[in-house]
Amino acid sequence: MIELQNISKSFGDRKILNNISGTFVKGKPNLIIGASGTGKSVLLKCIVEILEPDEGSVLYDRRNFTEGDKDLKVEIRREIGMLFQGGALFDSKTVEENVKFPLDMLAKLPRDEKYDRVNLCLNRVGLQNANNKMPSELSGGMKKRVGIARAIVNNPKYLFCDEPNSGLDPQTSILIDDLIADITYDYGTTTIVVTHDMNSVMGIGENIMFLYKGDKLWEGNKDEIVRSGVKELDDFVFANKVMIAMRDK
Amino acid sequence: MKDLGKYFIFLGNLFVNRESFRTYYRLTVEECILIGINSIMLFALVSTFMGAVTTVQTAFNLIAPYIPKYVISQVVREMAVLELAPTIMAIIYAGKVGSSMAGNLGTMRITEQVDALEVMGINSISYLVLPKVVASLLMYPLLVILSIVCALAGGYIVAYFASYITPTDYIYGLRYAFNPFTITFALTKSVVFAFLVSTISSFKGYNTQGGALEVGQSSTQAVTSSVIAILIADYLLAQLLLGA
Repeated sequence: MIELQNISKSFGDRKILNNISGTFVKGKPNLIIGASGTGKSVLLKCIVEILEPDEGSVLYDRRNFTEGDKDLKVEIRREIGMLFQGGALFDSKTVEENVKFPLDMLAKLPRDEKYDRVNLCLNRVGLQNANNKMPSELSGGMKKRVGIARAIVNNPKYLFCDEPNSGLDPQTSILIDDLIADITYDYGTTTIVVTHDMNSVMGIGENIMFLYKGDKLWEGNKDEIVRSGVKELDDFVFANKVMIAMRDK
Repeated sequence: MKDLGKYFIFLGNLFVNRESFRTYYRLTVEECILIGINSIMLFALVSTFMGAVTTVQTAFNLIAPYIPKYVISQVVREMAVLELAPTIMAIIYAGKVGSSMAGNLGTMRITEQVDALEVMGINSISYLVLPKVVASLLMYPLLVILSIVCALAGGYIVAYFASYITPTDYIYGLRYAFNPFTITFALTKSVVFAFLVSTISSFKGYNTQGGALEVGQSSTQAVTSSVIAILIADYLLAQLLLGA
């Protein structure tokens, strides 16, 4: 479980996040949604402390990450897996080396076991024969899948996904969503997905936080989202014709 | 001043929360190949021509009949050892290696590869930059030695094929009144310049923000700042080690 307590973040005079609190539960996909520029990715970066929040705390299973000492931060960071928007694969390494990287750096395992884990994760994301490919040879969807394999190779307790569907076709998007949901249910991870894709919301949104101009306006699940009564959320949810048609039915 | 402070904090971060020796060893060897082995051809070519041209120009200027011919190679030696090999090559080094370091780190920054390391709990500055600095400190002095040898060889080629000075006089001049401290001075300069180029370029690249345009700007800034630092350090070292 991850708890946010009054997170605020500004860049200069611009307030990006305003007093955000909330809880992300274990074993279910938690979604942070909102239009572009509402602070979703900044919030995610504050949660993993790529950016330091100006105010507030982030608690990982009641351990205060924000105010913790260096050892605690390293301990928690090593329990985190993250999928970045563009995959963030290391250009100079092959797919296999990319996926093995967290094991090389963080785990003390025999060589064979490392390769078994890498192959298991690549199988899991459907990339059995891509071990020796370079990132430049992969499509956008494949990069995302390698990113997921790298994020889960170390059996993380917490999985973060920043816009996992951006730039992907609808079919691949669904594949990636299902993969993230399956991993979350199978391994019992606390998963946070940042997205503005309504297909993802309606597909895997078990616990959803809606951000609007840096404020948290609503929290609920995919069944409740269509009748939230929050104007800003309705504008966001019913921005496309498919959702409007669904509402009108 | 703010950037200078950030630079020193950046240097401090090279040595905190380090990874295993084995990790650094492997990365340093890779960087040595990138920095050193891949620069040999350029350094050899530039230095050979520099030595050849210096010989021709020195001969052109020393026209008085009472100045012995071997003075030409003596001048070439002093210029190559004291300034051309360590300093001018450092500027070329900043252009080739420094811009590559900044571009590489800048690209890693904007494509979130640096963030990926940080999320894993790895000190990205130490992991990415320390091997570059160590490799630079190891390889640049060797490149300077190569450069000195090539520059002197370039002068010898001119002596052999042209008529400004005989090869015998050229060799005599190279050995005449040689002060070994000049080599110590050149190597001291090479270590300082290697440190400046690698750390300044890495600092500029690591702190890139934005997109592809900013990566290019970081590379340019890395070269400009490195060259300015080299010239200032060159004067200070000359004053400290050779000044009266």
